[in-house]
Amino acid sequence: MTPRLGLATRDAYGQALLELGREDPRVVVLDADLSVSTKTNLFAKEFPDRFLNVGIAEANLVGLAGGLAHSGKIPFISSFACFMICKGYDQLRMAVAVPRANVKVVASHGGISVGEDGASQQSVEDIALAASLPGFTVIVPADEHATRALVKAAARMNGPVYLRTGRPKAPLVYEADSSFAIGKGVLLREGKDVTLAANGLLVGAALAAAEALAADGISAAVVDLHTVKPLDEELIERQAKATGAIVTAEEHQVWGGLGAAVSQAVARRHPVPMEFVAIQDTYAESGKPEELMEKYGLTASGIVQAARRVLKRKRDPSLRSG
Amino acid sequence: MAARNRRELTGLKKIGIIKLIMPFVPLTLPELPRMALAIRKEVIRMLGRSGSGHPGGSLSEADLLTCLFFHLMRHDPANPSWEERDRFVLSKGHGCPGVYAAMALAGYFPKEELLTLRRLGSRLQGHPDTRFLPMLEACTGSLGQGLSISCGIALAAKMDRKDHRVYCLMSDGETQEGQTWEAAAFAGFHGLDRLIALVDYNKFQLDGKVADIMDLEPLAKKWESFRWHAQEIDGHDILKIVQAVRQAQAAPGKPHVILAHTVKGKGVSFMEHNNYFHGVTPTAEETEAALKELDGDPSLSKALVAAGKIKMGGK
Ligand SMILES: Cc1ncc(C[n+]2csc(CCOP(=O)(O)OP(=O)(O)O)c2C)c(N)n1
Ligand SMILES: [Mg+2]
Repeated sequence: MTPRLGLATRDAYGQALLELGREDPRVVVLDADLSVSTKTNLFAKEFPDRFLNVGIAEANLVGLAGGLAHSGKIPFISSFACFMICKGYDQLRMAVAVPRANVKVVASHGGISVGEDGASQQSVEDIALAASLPGFTVIVPADEHATRALVKAAARMNGPVYLRTGRPKAPLVYEADSSFAIGKGVLLREGKDVTLAANGLLVGAALAAAEALAADGISAAVVDLHTVKPLDEELIERQAKATGAIVTAEEHQVWGGLGAAVSQAVARRHPVPMEFVAIQDTYAESGKPEELMEKYGLTASGIVQAARRVLKRKRDPSLRSG
Repeated sequence: MAARNRRELTGLKKIGIIKLIMPFVPLTLPELPRMALAIRKEVIRMLGRSGSGHPGGSLSEADLLTCLFFHLMRHDPANPSWEERDRFVLSKGHGCPGVYAAMALAGYFPKEELLTLRRLGSRLQGHPDTRFLPMLEACTGSLGQGLSISCGIALAAKMDRKDHRVYCLMSDGETQEGQTWEAAAFAGFHGLDRLIALVDYNKFQLDGKVADIMDLEPLAKKWESFRWHAQEIDGHDILKIVQAVRQAQAAPGKPHVILAHTVKGKGVSFMEHNNYFHGVTPTAEETEAALKELDGDPSLSKALVAAGKIKMGGK
């Protein structure tokens, strides 16, 4: 099954910003010399007076956003995920997180599907870093429709948000009129043997994995956990009870990402065996996006293998310790 | 092997005696322009093949790299971890195709390897990555960090009473990063005079002109007020580059910055001042035209421009 590809989520972000700009004059957009790549350039063209390119100066970018939010603006700030989070981290703490400033951090080029640029431009730790900022909402949309809806929802809520977009075209998961709520996961496919819980590009892969597992008589549920924080613990608990095994899948380092968050919820609410499809404590490298996803196991077949491992442990309690 | 590569390219005969004194035989001044041309051609070939990467800044820095790698730096391609070597840090990491080309032509690795740029498994990563190629000295690509690392290297040399120098190649865009100025203040205060920073001042960054996005001027005055010895030169004038670095080498007490005024895309007419080619690689047709032009025949380049086939950006 070849998935239908939609726009890259960064393109959908650019479009959503335009709509937000028309709806709400408080929305201002700032970028650090990557507007062509993050797609804030669309907003810049239509609303030059509400756009600022601050140059290659991400720490200053975050600080500026804190000041703008303090003065009643709704700043959207963008750069690559790695620079946005890592270069402005203390600023994200002091100018945004501690005062609970209404700043929307939308960072593109999340994960390793950045491809050929290599490790310096890829981000494998942004979700962990963003989620560990107290009070931050953290969102990783799966496709263009989810991105448009969640960017708008982020604008409507009060408080700091980190939303990650991606560079490559993303498989279509939703319809244009699908509805989303921040903090509410989406049960995309029912199943009784195992739950595949993913976000971002891995949602498409999880759906493909469920399809492959079905061919083998394994019934896999698929859940999109687009909001890593606050996490939809009710949904996770229901799935843990219904399927008795969970595989998480994310384009992120295994430490501190979606899998870590889900495992906390599972441990607290209803312990079941889990497996984690993620980058295993390493930085990636240059290569075509598909090659890298393959090499680091972030594919439908990687999820299928993890599902088989977790099912083995589920069936045989003596293997439960892993 | 190192010398052979180089000689083939420059058509010179090997001078064996100098090899005994200097591990790496520098080119003479009149030989440098041909090497700069060779670097530019390799840059175009690599990027034409890789399909992604940054041509503009790799071409603007080519003359600076030529002077450093083939005339000014103390280094030995046959012994990349030589203790006494001068250190070269590419702070503008996306300009690595230029550095890879210079390194290959100097004999650090076979020229053929250049065509693996950005491929899975290649040592030639999209941005300098010492996990794959330790001789790069630093992992860069996150702009604005190289000067701090260079300061650290210079500081260690000072502590150890070593006499090697640190050359840090920076960009104008990354001069906007706060860290650049933290490092500048540090080096100035501590008088790191074996640190020589070169700024590839090509007037463009990713989204457009530096002067429009966040102007840096008066740049020389900024560095001077941070207690640096600053020079401003034409970054494509080989003689001026060599003279400026020699002056920096000779003047004690302060760190040195050379603001090299350059043209982004230098050497390929349709890439010059055209920021479309900041981060977009040439098509097969453009690659052919560019290589021809570097060989002295601009007819194909002119034809592409006349046919309206060249995209423009950053004006
Ligand atoms: C910290 C950081 N922010 C953003 C980028 C993305 N980026 C890559 S190249 C570039 C513009 C570079 O312009 P300049 O530094 O002047 O280099 P040159 O003109 O020599 O290519 C940007 C913003 C980056 N690599 N690092
Ligand atoms: Mg520049």
